Amino acid sequence: MKWLPDSVVTRLQSDMQLPDLPGTRYRAIKFLARGGMGAVWLAEDIVLERKVALKILAPEASSPELASRLLREAVVLAQLEHPGIVPVHDAGTLNDGRTFYCMKYVEGRTLEQHVAGTSLRERAQLLERIAEPLAFAHSLGIIHRDLKPSNIMIGAFGEVLILDWGLAKIKRNRTIEAESSGRAAGAESARARPATQSTGHGSVLGTPGYMAPEQASGELQLIDERTDIFALGALLKFMLAGMASEGSATLKPLFAICRKAMAEERAARYQTVKEMASDVGKFLDGLPVSAYRENAMEKAVRLVKRHQAAIVLVLAYLLMRFLFILFSRR
Amino acid sequence: MNKILLGILLGGVLGIFDGLTAWFTPEVRKGIVGIVVGSTFKGIIAGVLIGVFARKVKSLPLGIIFGLAVGLFLAFIIASLQHGYYFQIMLPGGMVGLIVGYATQRYGAAQLQRT
Repeated sequence: MKWLPDSVVTRLQSDMQLPDLPGTRYRAIKFLARGGMGAVWLAEDIVLERKVALKILAPEASSPELASRLLREAVVLAQLEHPGIVPVHDAGTLNDGRTFYCMKYVEGRTLEQHVAGTSLRERAQLLERIAEPLAFAHSLGIIHRDLKPSNIMIGAFGEVLILDWGLAKIKRNRTIEAESSGRAAGAESARARPATQSTGHGSVLGTPGYMAPEQASGELQLIDERTDIFALGALLKFMLAGMASEGSATLKPLFAICRKAMAEERAARYQTVKEMASDVGKFLDGLPVSAYRENAMEKAVRLVKRHQAAIVLVLAYLLMRFLFILFSRR
Repeated sequence: MNKILLGILLGGVLGIFDGLTAWFTPEVRKGIVGIVVGSTFKGIIAGVLIGVFARKVKSLPLGIIFGLAVGLFLAFIIASLQHGYYFQIMLPGGMVGLIVGYATQRYGAAQLQRT
């Protein structure tokens, strides 16, 4: 028996992954990334003459359940019309039977690549901006469940986008649920479905280090907005790594925010993303944060930092007055 | 606090303080009441002008420059009336204007917009 060389096997494997795009409006340009369900390709929309990203189910994972999940992800994304969430343009099935959806191609860097070289202030501001689309998704009852640095993209113009809603859980919005269930599965009536669904179907899905305890233990019924808040805390912790040069006193409130967001008990965490973002905003404005009780010295230092210019001006005025008095007495 | 009110309060308080320091100059000590009243009035006028400017123009550098100019101009008028002490009156007057200019831009609350 003659064995094929490794290079040939690799080539065959990559050719197998190639999406069957002839006859569609898309032309594959290059492979971008591989995810849990499939691969993301950079393609050209021939009709509109623009670059797009195609998320296509892997050939070896083309089960009806996964196809339904991918379509459901597209439907969820289509409902989330927000500048911080990648818009979906199209969805369907390719000639080879693989399910796909087409989304905006975002040129930029992942959070992992972006944070190096940024200041503490910029990092805290980034978290505030990540919180915006997340709060929007939560307002529609959608939980992301897989927030991690590689799923946050910073665009060329500084825009922040949350990617990969493949593990999203629809918590309560009946409209989205009905639409996604209807289009993706196409069989059961939405009324017959339970109020809580997920693309994960009860299995433990997520990324270690960013998964809340209830997610890691597979307790689907306990997953809610606070599960994403845990991941947001982990993201902040990730962004604070390597910031020791800022001094521990400066970082204390932010680490306290991390600790509160990543509390074991859901009730001890921030209850909404807005609440957490507000605490980060307070830190940026030089105000006390709810997660950290500062002592008198820390409070004084914070106040001096916050009103530095005003204090310098008043001291300069007093010094000038003192010098005038001193010289008028001579 | 609204910008004009902040300007009036800060200008007034700094004006009183400015006037009171004249007590340390023996030659003018007997006229301290007039100096304090005049200085307070000057501070309030400066506060109103700087507050109105801060309401119209939202710019920290411009607010500081305008405050300094108003403070110096009002102090120049006072010094002209006194026929002297230009340096002793204009330098603190300018600084008071500068502080009020900074404070109204930095701490004054923006006016609510009606829609």
